[in-house]
Amino acid sequence: MRKFKEFIIEKLIFICGMASIFFVALIFLFLLKEGMAVFRTVRPFDFLFGKSWYPISEPAQLGILPLILGSLLVTFGAAVISIPIGVGCAVYIAEIAPSRLKEVLKAGIELLAAIPSVVLGFIGMVTLVPLVKSIFHLPTGLTALSGSIMLAFMAMPTIVSIAEDALYSVPKTYKEGAFALGATHWQTIWRVMLPAASSGILAAIMLGIGRVIGETMAVMMITGNAAILPHSILQPVRTLTATIAAEMGEAVVGSEHYFALFSIGIVLFVISFAINVTADLFLHRER
Amino acid sequence: MTKNPYRAQKIAFFFLFLATLLIVVPVGLIIVSIIQKGLPAINWQFLSDMPRQGMRSGGIFPAIIGTLYLVAGAIIFALPIGLLAAIYLSEYSKANMLTRIIKLAIVNLAGVPSVVYGLFGLALFVVFFKFGASILSGSLTLGIMILPIIITTSREALESVPQSFREVSLSLGASKWQTIRHIVLPNAIPGILTGTILGLGRAAGETAPILFTVAAFYLPRLPDSVFDQAMALPYHLYVISTQVPNVDEKIRYGTAFVLLALVLFMNLVAIIIRYKLRKKKKW
Repeated sequence: MRKFKEFIIEKLIFICGMASIFFVALIFLFLLKEGMAVFRTVRPFDFLFGKSWYPISEPAQLGILPLILGSLLVTFGAAVISIPIGVGCAVYIAEIAPSRLKEVLKAGIELLAAIPSVVLGFIGMVTLVPLVKSIFHLPTGLTALSGSIMLAFMAMPTIVSIAEDALYSVPKTYKEGAFALGATHWQTIWRVMLPAASSGILAAIMLGIGRVIGETMAVMMITGNAAILPHSILQPVRTLTATIAAEMGEAVVGSEHYFALFSIGIVLFVISFAINVTADLFLHRER
Repeated sequence: MTKNPYRAQKIAFFFLFLATLLIVVPVGLIIVSIIQKGLPAINWQFLSDMPRQGMRSGGIFPAIIGTLYLVAGAIIFALPIGLLAAIYLSEYSKANMLTRIIKLAIVNLAGVPSVVYGLFGLALFVVFFKFGASILSGSLTLGIMILPIIITTSREALESVPQSFREVSLSLGASKWQTIRHIVLPNAIPGILTGTILGLGRAAGETAPILFTVAAFYLPRLPDSVFDQAMALPYHLYVISTQVPNVDEKIRYGTAFVLLALVLFMNLVAIIIRYKLRKKKKW
């Protein structure tokens, strides 16, 4: 009897062990099931590279190029801000900060990671957006730049914590060797530690960027949501994620618009899948 | 610049310190400003009253309750599955291709954009299973979203129990499951608790997954059943900051404060448990 009970429990454990694979597959399947329907009326090429997104006009124009470029622009801006600051902070925490300060700083980074994105979006709306408006004398502060700055803060915790782990996992002997040869602490960091941790840091950057591309609420609240081809970082833009979040509420289930929003979901899923698999390869190469 | 390596080091360290300040100071400012402007709005009426006059006055009681329901539902769903999955990874899995794929799937599940979870929840629970926009659909969606957090932290907790504990138990004639149940699990509980609380905090703060699966724009009553729609704190904050004009700043900051306090409180508890655990560890 006990044997039978344990047999059942172990089978249950095995099934739950497979749950992650099951759910990833299920998510992809359901996105495909709903999203592929749009390609009955729109060619995939026109969908990805069409220049106008007017989903409710007659006939609907479903080209997501403005949304892709909007996402890229905001992400690029956030990367430019968050990579140097994030990696710099990781080096400071891992190598320079005294151990008490280290604990405080790590807790601070963890707090930043915990702030819900809708709260960051709200704070961005009431502080950053008016600031950008008055500094650049714009008609509106709801721009790609505001989005980039706010998203940089969402990428930083990821970048800092993973880059810091990568720096820690560099063998101590490397550092001691450099010191023994008379290198200063900074020369050791720059010439030995950073190159040795480079694949982990690269993974950190990729995962940070992945977080930015998938971010929804903050970006929807502060980038202005104009689905036009962006010409400058001081213009309102609309991202892939914000489009889904803003329009799904109004789309009729089973309509072309509904299917098109799921296709955008497929695009996002594929991007995040590619980023995570590549980052994982980098992290494993390191070990 | 390379003439004097010590000066170069000073300059470099200054910039690294500056980078750190550039992260930490804004975080501090954000939290302080929300506390400063949000705390005066908090009183018993704000926490326990229904929203009134199109959310321009009154309280946020149904949003708080809605969020509590959603979080509870998510954890009821995710904790058993996540814990058993963690037991599989730490106690049963071998270093083979299957384990590699499971770990990759967990990483991917953690990386799926939150709005894509919303789409998935809409397609599977709301439309396919016909649960409609309901607490059930929202909880299940959030539950799948926090699964990777629970699996990863629980697995770490289980793996940190020393191998010798298991060997002693097995050598006394206990079966594998008895060893896990009576030796490994009790020693890993604080770590598992940390992961669960972090998962709760994440579920409480997310907006995008509940947009199309449960969230009600304005519903000044409490939900009757799990098949009812509900208001939720993060969505409520989004609505009163962008969708409803002329909401008093005090109400907005107050809502932001309650949400932030809830999420940060959970994270703080998790940090404290982890800290105590590290100090107390007897092995």
